[in-house]
Amino acid sequence: MSNPAIELKNITKTFGNIVANKNVSLTVYSSEILSILGENGSGKTTLMNMISGIYYPDSGHILINGNEVVIKSPKDAFDYKIGMIHQHFKLVDVFSAAENIVLGIDENGKYNIKESTKRIKEITDKYGFEIDLNKKIYEMSVSEKQTVEIIKVLYRGADILILDEPTAVLTPQEAQKLFSVLRRMRDDGKAIIIITHKLHEVLSLSDRVSVLRKGEYIGTVETKNTNESQLTEMMVGQKVELNIERTEPVNCQKRLEVLNINCVNREGVKVLDSVSFTANSGEILGIAGIAGSGQRELLESIAGLQKLNDGNILYHDPKTGKIDNLRDKTPVQIRDLGVRLSFVPEDRLGMGLVGNMDIVDNMMLRSYKKGKSLFVDRKQPRNLAKKIIEDLGVVTPGTSTPVRRLSGGNVQKILVGREIAASPTVLMAAYPVRGLDINSSYLIYNLLNQQKENGVAVIFVGEDLDVLLELCDKIMVISSGRISGIVDARKSTKEELGLLMTKHGGEQNE
Amino acid sequence: MSKNKIHEPLFHIVKRGSLPLWLSWVIRILSVVAALVVCGVVTIVLTGENPIKIYSTMIDGAIGSERRIWSLLQNVAILLCISLAVTPAFKMKFWNIGAEGQVLMGGLATAACMIYFGESLHPVILFPVMIIASILASAIWAIVPAFFKAHWNTNETLFTLMMNYIAMQLVSYFVFLHSNPVGSGKIGIINSATEAGWLPKLGGHTYLFNIIIVAVLTIGMYIYLKYNKHGYEISVVGESENTAKYIGINVKKVILRTMFLSGAICGIAGLLLVAGTDHSIAKETVDSRGFTAIMVSWLAKFNPIYMILTSLLIVFLEKGAGQISTDFGLNDSFAEILTGIIIFFIIGSEFFVNYTIKFRQKDKEVSK
Repeated sequence: MSNPAIELKNITKTFGNIVANKNVSLTVYSSEILSILGENGSGKTTLMNMISGIYYPDSGHILINGNEVVIKSPKDAFDYKIGMIHQHFKLVDVFSAAENIVLGIDENGKYNIKESTKRIKEITDKYGFEIDLNKKIYEMSVSEKQTVEIIKVLYRGADILILDEPTAVLTPQEAQKLFSVLRRMRDDGKAIIIITHKLHEVLSLSDRVSVLRKGEYIGTVETKNTNESQLTEMMVGQKVELNIERTEPVNCQKRLEVLNINCVNREGVKVLDSVSFTANSGEILGIAGIAGSGQRELLESIAGLQKLNDGNILYHDPKTGKIDNLRDKTPVQIRDLGVRLSFVPEDRLGMGLVGNMDIVDNMMLRSYKKGKSLFVDRKQPRNLAKKIIEDLGVVTPGTSTPVRRLSGGNVQKILVGREIAASPTVLMAAYPVRGLDINSSYLIYNLLNQQKENGVAVIFVGEDLDVLLELCDKIMVISSGRISGIVDARKSTKEELGLLMTKHGGEQNE
Repeated sequence: MSKNKIHEPLFHIVKRGSLPLWLSWVIRILSVVAALVVCGVVTIVLTGENPIKIYSTMIDGAIGSERRIWSLLQNVAILLCISLAVTPAFKMKFWNIGAEGQVLMGGLATAACMIYFGESLHPVILFPVMIIASILASAIWAIVPAFFKAHWNTNETLFTLMMNYIAMQLVSYFVFLHSNPVGSGKIGIINSATEAGWLPKLGGHTYLFNIIIVAVLTIGMYIYLKYNKHGYEISVVGESENTAKYIGINVKKVILRTMFLSGAICGIAGLLLVAGTDHSIAKETVDSRGFTAIMVSWLAKFNPIYMILTSLLIVFLEKGAGQISTDFGLNDSFAEILTGIIIFFIIGSEFFVNYTIKFRQKDKEVSK
């Protein structure tokens, strides 16, 4: 093994009473790919932010090439040849790739895009990036934007690269491409750190894995000597059964029929294009697709939050057998029809819940209108809050804690709990496990399964294809607002889904 | 220590976790003490006066006599009333900075009723007419920007601000029409002989009626915002319009209804100012209290009960500062400098409630 490129010694960082990192020590060598694995809230990103100069550690040392350094700002990090690729890209939309790459670097005070482009070209050829340097950012897919970000830090001469959850927004095929580029960079002598919580990526890509749990450093293992269950155990601290019990659907009946809906957004872009499908009771219908392919608009159309240009949404009432058209109805009108539609939106704190309100007031969102009284009744919501906290094991100081103070997993439990408490006939959930730890994720999967067994038509928008294949009965793939295929989840494969995801000229900008 | 020199920053800022309530109040009180010390130093340096004397003059100016106490309370009542009016709008994140104009319109409607109907209508009819007219006038002034905001998402800040100037010009024109004596450019006391349309003097105190009305409004607003379904809807719309839509709240309706309420309370403030206090109207009747009210409401974090304290603080400082400038022959501006320093410290204390500063640790070698 070669020289240590960067060493962290006893790094501690606290935010108020929360300890984000406690005495973390780890070493990254040049010419290696190190995965930092940990559940959400385990302090991975905080640790990396201290290397890249965004936070400053409370105590501890950072050594680069054997010398102790102080990194006070992102500029210091650049000077030490550290480059971080964040989850959210920091690019100027109306500039081309090349312009974004040279932006903010003082090259002898002269701006010569041609010269710079030549040098960028050398880098892209060297590592095998596929990119059109003259393309504008707003015309790019997510994966292209990510490529620009990576070239940007390489152009600045970074020898240590940190990637924060780089595959979260990629299809399996795109992820493979990224991995091969990363391997080439490793062979060139770069030290690469990748933050992730996806185990199979860790195993296929990295040389070593360091695991963090609740801000503490648990240990580092060689990838070739480990396996999924050992890593999970290190991550969670106990043995975890990673099984989803999928039952055969029983008594399936048409519950929701979406017929040829079209939707054009404010910018005039067609976000939904002749979408048709049926969701049956007692079944989980999965929706797969690259982020921003129309999943959000689709669910919002059904929930009465999106104006449609065309098409119908028919609801088959299980009790009366009556068929109602939900198109162009407001959420209140839909509820007044007796349709029990529950919706766990993607944007939990921006749509499903109100972050600054306490748990009781958030429970009340669904029920406050009931009754003729002028005043709100907080008694029933309080009881519901207590019940959900107990049933789903929500970690909170009490029912009067503002929801934004809770961790992602607990926020999600509150939201899912409330939506299920309404005993729905249709349950829609968009990315319900995004940002959740393994235990909470499986809790949510089981809740969805329970609803399915109760005869609810469940619609589940997911991003992890492995989970979609394990959990759902049918999977519908959406690509650029069009349905590119509906497959049997028991028979399909990740590769098949990946191909369907980019079928329609592929990629759409968010 | 390693060979190369370490430049750890001298301090860095860290967000606090939750802070016990008592400690946050200790920080706030300390900030007031610190403000008084700084004011004292500024006073000595700039004027050479004894700061203790200045402070006692301030207290004397605010509550030094029965008349002053009544005047203080009356001013608190009006400021509090306007603050109550802007609060629901602000809670909804509707930045209504047009309270000045809305109150003025209420006052104008009141004055018009007093002038046109003061002699002809029986008090039993006159008062309801005044109340309805003032509430409607203000509510219209508030509803117009709300309507444009709800339907076309116009910028309410500019809109409400512009409406202020229209209101002022309308009042100027009205004053020109009815100036008394003619040509003086002033309206003078309306119905000074008959006192028609004057609000009643309870127990001989001119201002008691105003104070009671505002006290009732304060409690009402507290209950409305905290326990009423409308109040709950206002909070949801203010926190997240998307959540409101998701849950099926009619956002347009809530915006219009809330601004109607906001305007209506401004109308009451105008009524109290014209019929209860000034018995006259001028362009300056509201005296920027429409803007000061925004500060009162924010400082109290939109809690009507806390607003009693914040409006009291601000009126107290104003009255005291006024007294200083007369007693010591100092310029008006000096009093305002002191007020500014105190408010700056109070607002600044919130930073220390939310954040703490960590200094460079000397014992770098030892880690826990």
